[in-house]
Amino acid sequence: MTASTASAASAASAAPADLLYSDTEDELRAAVRSLLADRSSPAAVLARLEQDRPYDPELWNTLATGIGAAGLLVPEKLGGQGASHREAAVVLEELGRSVTPAPYLTSAVVATEILLACAPASPGATALLGELAAGRTVCVPALPLTLGPGGPLPAGPPTAPVAAVADAAAAHTFLVLADSGLYAVPAAEATRADRTPLDLTRPLATVTPHPGAGTLLADPATARHAVRRGLLAGAGLLASEQLGLADWCLTETVGHLRTRHQFNRPVGSFQALKHRLAQLWLDVASARAAARAAADALATGAADTELVVSVAQAYCSGVAVRAAEECVQLHGGIGMTWEHPAHLYLKRAKADSLALGTAAHHRTRLAALADLPSP
Amino acid sequence: MSATPPTPPTSPTAAELTARTREFLAAHPPADTDRATFLRARFDAGLAWVHYPEGLGGLAASRTLQAVVDAELEAAGAPDNDPRRIGIGLGMAAPTILAYGTEEQKQRFLRPLWVGEEVWCQLFSEPGAGSDLAALGTRAVRDGDTWVVDGQKVWTSSAHTARWAILIARTDPDLPKHQGITYFLCDMTDPGVEVRPLRQITGEAEFNEVFLTGVRIPDSHRLGAVGQGWEVARTTLMNERVSIGGMRIPREGGMIAPVAAAWRARPELRTHALHDRLLTLWTEAEVARLAAERLRQQLAAGRPGPEGSGMKLTFARLNQEISGLEVELLAEEGLLYGDWTMRRPELVDFTGRDAGYRYLRAKGNSIEGGTSEVLLNIVAERVLGLPSEPRDDKDLPWKDLAR
Ligand SMILES: Cc1cc2nc3c(=O)[nH]c(=O)nc-3n(C[C@H](O)[C@H](O)[C@H](O)COP(=O)(O)OP(=O)(O)OC[C@H]3O[C@@H](n4cnc5c(N)ncnc54)[C@H](O)[C@@H]3O)c2cc1C
Repeated sequence: MTASTASAASAASAAPADLLYSDTEDELRAAVRSLLADRSSPAAVLARLEQDRPYDPELWNTLATGIGAAGLLVPEKLGGQGASHREAAVVLEELGRSVTPAPYLTSAVVATEILLACAPASPGATALLGELAAGRTVCVPALPLTLGPGGPLPAGPPTAPVAAVADAAAAHTFLVLADSGLYAVPAAEATRADRTPLDLTRPLATVTPHPGAGTLLADPATARHAVRRGLLAGAGLLASEQLGLADWCLTETVGHLRTRHQFNRPVGSFQALKHRLAQLWLDVASARAAARAAADALATGAADTELVVSVAQAYCSGVAVRAAEECVQLHGGIGMTWEHPAHLYLKRAKADSLALGTAAHHRTRLAALADLPSP
Repeated sequence: MSATPPTPPTSPTAAELTARTREFLAAHPPADTDRATFLRARFDAGLAWVHYPEGLGGLAASRTLQAVVDAELEAAGAPDNDPRRIGIGLGMAAPTILAYGTEEQKQRFLRPLWVGEEVWCQLFSEPGAGSDLAALGTRAVRDGDTWVVDGQKVWTSSAHTARWAILIARTDPDLPKHQGITYFLCDMTDPGVEVRPLRQITGEAEFNEVFLTGVRIPDSHRLGAVGQGWEVARTTLMNERVSIGGMRIPREGGMIAPVAAAWRARPELRTHALHDRLLTLWTEAEVARLAAERLRQQLAAGRPGPEGSGMKLTFARLNQEISGLEVELLAEEGLLYGDWTMRRPELVDFTGRDAGYRYLRAKGNSIEGGTSEVLLNIVAERVLGLPSEPRDDKDLPWKDLAR
């Protein structure tokens, strides 16, 4: 797959993307959902967070190898499932729906994409992909979570500290971008300083590789191209995580308002709330179309992929935050408590809105991609 | 302060208050007087809340003249009563006790309340009665000269630091819900009062669950008549909204302050998109401040009305939007949080903590003291006079309501 270049022509879309879910995708969703329902209910997530053990290694193992989700983007000849971004997006929807702390977006999407852009020319990258696809390794890009496609890539020595690296605690290997190229640095050869994150379900750390650590995977030009590709895929599929999150918030809120009685009637029978939830449903339905379009564009290598990804990010971030905010608000006092999972969704949604480029960042990109220059 | 509205002829003028405050300061130099003594003396001199009656910490002056006194005291470096720590007492208990209390109750409670020697909390909400507060089910049963109270309250801010509580309870389940409620002053140290921390979205436990089991409240601690509790509670709620939304703040005070400061200090964070949002919110914050000031001037003489709900609505929305912008502005730092340790704070201090805390805590602004949805209904119905939605709960006996 090659990402499209920014040009006005990409604003015009070609054949319509497939925005529905295929039977395979539905089956994959069912498998992931039932696994997460069993092992990663919001109550279970909260309990793990309170014990400072956000990741569940057994859950990851089942997801990565049992279901084979880790290798969805990896071709079969490299040991993966040879599926596509459409399937990975479905996994992310479910992970978003359950706010499961798992290094899926970082390892199975962004790092995997980066490595795919380096392989097969790079034997190191090829080998790492096999490990990733087999679920034996978690590989995390040592990039700030806020970095979006088109953002300024870090350039410096391989030992430069990187702040706000997501899922660093779960990583066996870091992918480090330096001005001299791309390095695979074993976690043991880097210093990891855990930070206290707003979103407890996606832990953050500052990562500093040791001098001389790791092996070179790619030259500077390949490395930068590969990282851009990783960020593009990450941003595009993050939209699916945001969609899953928003969908849970909507469903949960509707459920609560149907049963919560005040003023001798279900609160959901007040027109003021009905209209708001109907509007939110519209927003979620739109977000689904945007997220599906991004996944499909990435999967098919559509010429307008960059544009479709930025549309999805510019739209879905806001919907997820609004859905989570509505969830807290419409649960009233319960929504402000620690026991109720609404706060986990709010924190994830807000952090997601900063991840891989803010909505404003993606709108700015659209100015160029859709040829709508600023004044 | 030349722009103050005309005041009744008997009440003191601004000039008289300035003189009086200076005299008081001369007699009680802040530097040589310990804090509690100073505050008690200030109360006794009628300079605590000048619009309260004489003998109860005031001088029956216009509410707006408090600013004259405060300015003098501040210039002299006088200690204040830390209104943030005693917000519920000042904003809600005091005006209700003033309006409905007996002479004994006013004498007993107002001074330690204002000085901050006794912190108050508000035992109103229950698991089944939040927006529909009048549906509450905590029972109070008369036993001679005392009432025996059983029930559960929830989301009670400051219950862990409070000495007293304003409490509403059901005294007649056979009457429609608004008619069978009575209002009490509850001693939080009494046997049968159990306070359990309730951890919240920010990680700390600012509010609590309160279990009331066979708590005995003397009839002398009833506020207002038996069955008049809802009317009394409405006074509390109107004042609550004004006190939440109506704090006097300087230009660029409140939530906008840290965002503006970060913007000035850190050019590397600036983008065009954020700039436009910042300026929009800055303008809205300034206008909200002016609108609150105007409302205060309008209400100076009278009692708070449903208009107070409007300011609370605005501040809730702005606090949320501004703190949301702050998290985004800080980029990588916005992804971090100060501290998730479960604590039981003495006061809610928005400015002292990080952007993430502000963002999360501000979510409560549209829930506490009446949700924004309910306040919009109040504005629509009581300010604009629009008809209310059809209701069937007003005339049914409380015991027959759906729960
Ligand atoms: C931080 C915080 C501090 C608090 N401190 C105190 C305290 O010190 N003392 C105390 O007594 N209480 C306190 N409360 C409780 C607060 O007053 C209630 O949470 C609030 O009144 C909402 O009630 P509820 O939680 O039961 O929500 P519900 O009444 O269940 O409401 C759920 C949702 O439905 C909406 N809704 C309900 N009725 C309508 C309607 N008619 N039309 C449209 N929408 C409607 C609400 O707006 C809300 O969004 C506090 C709450 C918070 C969050």
